[in-house]
Amino acid sequence: MSEARTAPHEILLPVKPGFIALTLVAALLVNLLPWSGYWLWVRPDFVALVVLYWCIEEPRKIGFIAAWLLGLFMDVADGALFGQHALAYTILAYAGIVLHRRVRMFSGTPQVMHVIPLLLLNDLIVLAIRGLAGADFPGFQYFIGSFVGAALWAPLGALLKLPQRPKPDPYHV
Amino acid sequence: MEHSPPPFFKTGPTPLARLLIFAALSLTLLVADARFNYLNPLRQLAAVVIYPLQRIASAPAGIARRIGEFFVTHSSLRGENARLAEENFANAAALQQLKTLQAENAQLRALLAARERLDVKVLAAEVLYAARDPFSRKIIVDRGTQNGIRPGRAVVDDRGLVGQVTRVYPWLSEVTLVTDKGQFVPVQNLRNGLRAVLAGTGNDGALELRFVPLNADFQNGDQLVTSGIDGVYPPGLPVAQVSRVERNAAQLFARITGTPAGGVASHTRVLIVTEQREAPPRPAEEPKPARARKPRKG
Repeated sequence: MSEARTAPHEILLPVKPGFIALTLVAALLVNLLPWSGYWLWVRPDFVALVVLYWCIEEPRKIGFIAAWLLGLFMDVADGALFGQHALAYTILAYAGIVLHRRVRMFSGTPQVMHVIPLLLLNDLIVLAIRGLAGADFPGFQYFIGSFVGAALWAPLGALLKLPQRPKPDPYHV
Repeated sequence: MEHSPPPFFKTGPTPLARLLIFAALSLTLLVADARFNYLNPLRQLAAVVIYPLQRIASAPAGIARRIGEFFVTHSSLRGENARLAEENFANAAALQQLKTLQAENAQLRALLAARERLDVKVLAAEVLYAARDPFSRKIIVDRGTQNGIRPGRAVVDDRGLVGQVTRVYPWLSEVTLVTDKGQFVPVQNLRNGLRAVLAGTGNDGALELRFVPLNADFQNGDQLVTSGIDGVYPPGLPVAQVSRVERNAAQLFARITGTPAGGVASHTRVLIVTEQREAPPRPAEEPKPARARKPRKG
């Protein structure tokens, strides 16, 4: 528990912009995997997760442009209306950047509690645009993905922090 | 701290200003795409950019399938071989019959001086993935404009009609399944030739016949095939089987639902119709005296 409290204040190496770009492309790749059937409902939006993570951890190094472009690519891959994911990711990035100091005050479950509403907001924007375009409400299982994404928040954070951990000094006794 | 510069440093527009810029841009794109269909070049460009990612992402499933195929047992292969031989035997009989029927049909048509129906040409395509969008029923296949695919072509599998090509990229195309909400197929009843319009409902395994009068002769188990009068789908492809007929005298139309004949939920390969008989051109509409609308394209 004490370790979890101190975790956000540990000193990390500065993150390389190339690493951020790599993780964003990897998230897009995972989103493009051939999910089908029930997996489609359970699947969290990995791009939204990673964009939100970097907006909270490194708000100076990731901008709206990246979020917006990733949204456009998601729209093309899904064959959806052009701009719906772009709008959702832009608003998500804004929420992450505005709230980053507050969210980073917390760790563990309280931090996840902050993440859930943001991911749900992302879903709601897409849902609203689809609704305006004439689609039916797909049922409440539509929101399962966001909760799965929130459950993956902590492991994802640990994974993305790995390259920034300082290497142990070989000359340290 | 690194992340909170003092206000006297210039850091560009505030997050709120940037949000408004990009949100406005997204909304513009949305409206331009939904209302005016202006954005095809931009979409093509983005599609080319993510094409390698799409191929990489769909590679593991193909590799897994190939590994699975490598480890089939001898007995299952023999069983399948025996089954296929039996099927082939049964089909051969039907094919011989078909050949004589075709010859007879050609003769009769020649006698009637009717135009010969061209055989449709098809192209096999592999399904890369189903669009990850719970709102629509679409699949992405690995053939595009480079292979001669055009929007509007019919897509079939070994059992019947699967859908229609709705968007084409250089190496990929997007197929809207017949079960998609808002996808309509003109059909006719194989039993008695009654024509109707079949619409997708948005969930797998359910199609709906629209605007069928209460007294129309549709029964459970009726086969519905494409009628071909639209010039889009080749005639005679199985589309659905009627699964439920509800007639309520309080309503204007009968409620008839069917199950799709093609495997709309599970498939790895489909056939795309690349060439077919062109429909005769539409007769010119008589000009209306006031506020004549533009003639519809296609």
